[in-house]
Amino acid sequence: MAETISRDDVAHVASLAKLAFDEAKLDQFTDQLTDILTLFETLSEVDTSAVEPTYSVTPNVNHLREDVADNWHQKQELLANSPEEAADLIKVPAIIKGEDD
Amino acid sequence: MANGNFETTIGLEVHVEMQTNSKLLSPSPVHYGDSPNANTNVIDWAYPGVLPVANKGALEYGMRVALALNAKISPFIRWDRKNYFYPDNPKSYQTTQSQTPLGTNGYLDVKLENGETKRVRIHELHVEEDAGKNTHGNDGNSYVDLNRQGTPLVEIVSEPDLHSPDEAYAYLEQLRQVILFTGVSEAKMQEGQMRADVNISIRPYGAKEYGTRVEMKNVNSFNYVRNALIYEEKRQAAALRAGEKLVQETRRYDEPTKSTISMRVKEVADDYRYFPEPDLSPIEISQDWIDEVAANLPKSAAQRRQYYVDDLEIEPYDAEVLTQTLAMADFYDQTVQAGADPKRAANYLIGDVNAYLNKTQLELQETKLTPANLAGMVKLIEDGTISTKQAKKVFEAIMDGEEPEAFAKKNGLVQISDTAILLPWVTEVLDANPQSIEDFKGGKDRAVGFLIGQLMKKSKGQANPGVLNQLLMQELKQR
Repeated sequence: MAETISRDDVAHVASLAKLAFDEAKLDQFTDQLTDILTLFETLSEVDTSAVEPTYSVTPNVNHLREDVADNWHQKQELLANSPEEAADLIKVPAIIKGEDD
Repeated sequence: MANGNFETTIGLEVHVEMQTNSKLLSPSPVHYGDSPNANTNVIDWAYPGVLPVANKGALEYGMRVALALNAKISPFIRWDRKNYFYPDNPKSYQTTQSQTPLGTNGYLDVKLENGETKRVRIHELHVEEDAGKNTHGNDGNSYVDLNRQGTPLVEIVSEPDLHSPDEAYAYLEQLRQVILFTGVSEAKMQEGQMRADVNISIRPYGAKEYGTRVEMKNVNSFNYVRNALIYEEKRQAAALRAGEKLVQETRRYDEPTKSTISMRVKEVADDYRYFPEPDLSPIEISQDWIDEVAANLPKSAAQRRQYYVDDLEIEPYDAEVLTQTLAMADFYDQTVQAGADPKRAANYLIGDVNAYLNKTQLELQETKLTPANLAGMVKLIEDGTISTKQAKKVFEAIMDGEEPEAFAKKNGLVQISDTAILLPWVTEVLDANPQSIEDFKGGKDRAVGFLIGQLMKKSKGQANPGVLNQLLMQELKQR
């Protein structure tokens, strides 16, 4: 009944997050995540079949903004926080996604 | 059949950038061509503590597209996060509507080359954010401009109803025109405002299951889409005939060789770990709101063409030209509304104005021409105030923003139709040319041409040729 996470799942999630772990770390996280999932399993003891899923915690609906442009001129600050810049562009190692942008 | 015993199945996911003033979730300006990263802020970068608020205008633009594609607008929408890591998006997720798309179950009636109309079903359409622009350098680095990131997109997902590259091409062209006439985008391909993800598979006729699907992403020209599909049809059929098994993969179209190249084989489905966006409020769309958006939806190109042909008696081909862009069709409508003869106004727009736009590489709305001034010139021609020859100069003037009647008067371009002025000239010319009168009486029509020439010279080209001709004939017969 208790949903557990496999070592392969952990490796997969890590790769999606662009994280690389050694074998020992993978074991450690598998154990930890299993514990966390087991803890959350407690929730499944409650019958929620008649409860609407919660998608938003605020009661606000249609909180929208008029289509008005406002440039906050934050380019310099944002670029200063980027790894490296070149001629106002953000310089990053090339990652080929499998498709041209 | 173009492809032996195989049936081709094509589905298209088309992304269109909507020309709002601001981005989908932040007030950063949406403006093509600005200096890199000029239009980006902390919300676009999803800095900790920022709170995005969705753009009502972007939603309403999406609703326009939904209405134009006959889709059902969802009464309740919430946003989802699609998670992925790539430098074109510093948020590391795209805000989209995966669970509750804005519109579902639409269709587009596509006119095919053989004259038939094919109904292509629209599975769904939704509003989401565009990514930034990555330029891969030769130095192993990429250079990122985030001006585009966060621009509202509408993604239109067709059902796999298309069965040939030509059908896909026709669908794209006509989808583009429908979108143009909603006024939400100019859908300029060269600026990447409209891009297609293309899915194609083939299967033997009669087979129950679809064949293995190949996907090509972000193709930004309709010709490329068609060429890529032509190549894939052949490649897949050849592989199947050779007994090979096709693999599900992403391929890329290569224009120089007009072929497709495998990018990556999909072993597992993309894992985007969608989850509900907690920072944005859900949206309820009432019928009143839909009605309000519908009331502001410009008339479609098809509606306008029908009106031009049936009511204004414009040739169908000319009606096609006038509805190439929303700006041109709007301009034409306003010119006719200002009282211009529909046929003459159409001829000027299709001929002289289009030639001017081609020559100057300007868009109609960038010129100084106004519907009122074009209508004014057409009226001056219609009532005989200026000749079509004089109109050439007036046309140049109205392209420079001049008012036609004032310009014509100021420059002596007004035709002389007054017989009180013309008659003395006729008398004078006839008195000076007795030989021509004799020739005319002897049956030599050439003499009339000579006399008209003399009179036009006398009037400095300003005499109304129709009136002058009548007057001359009348006087000649009395001699």
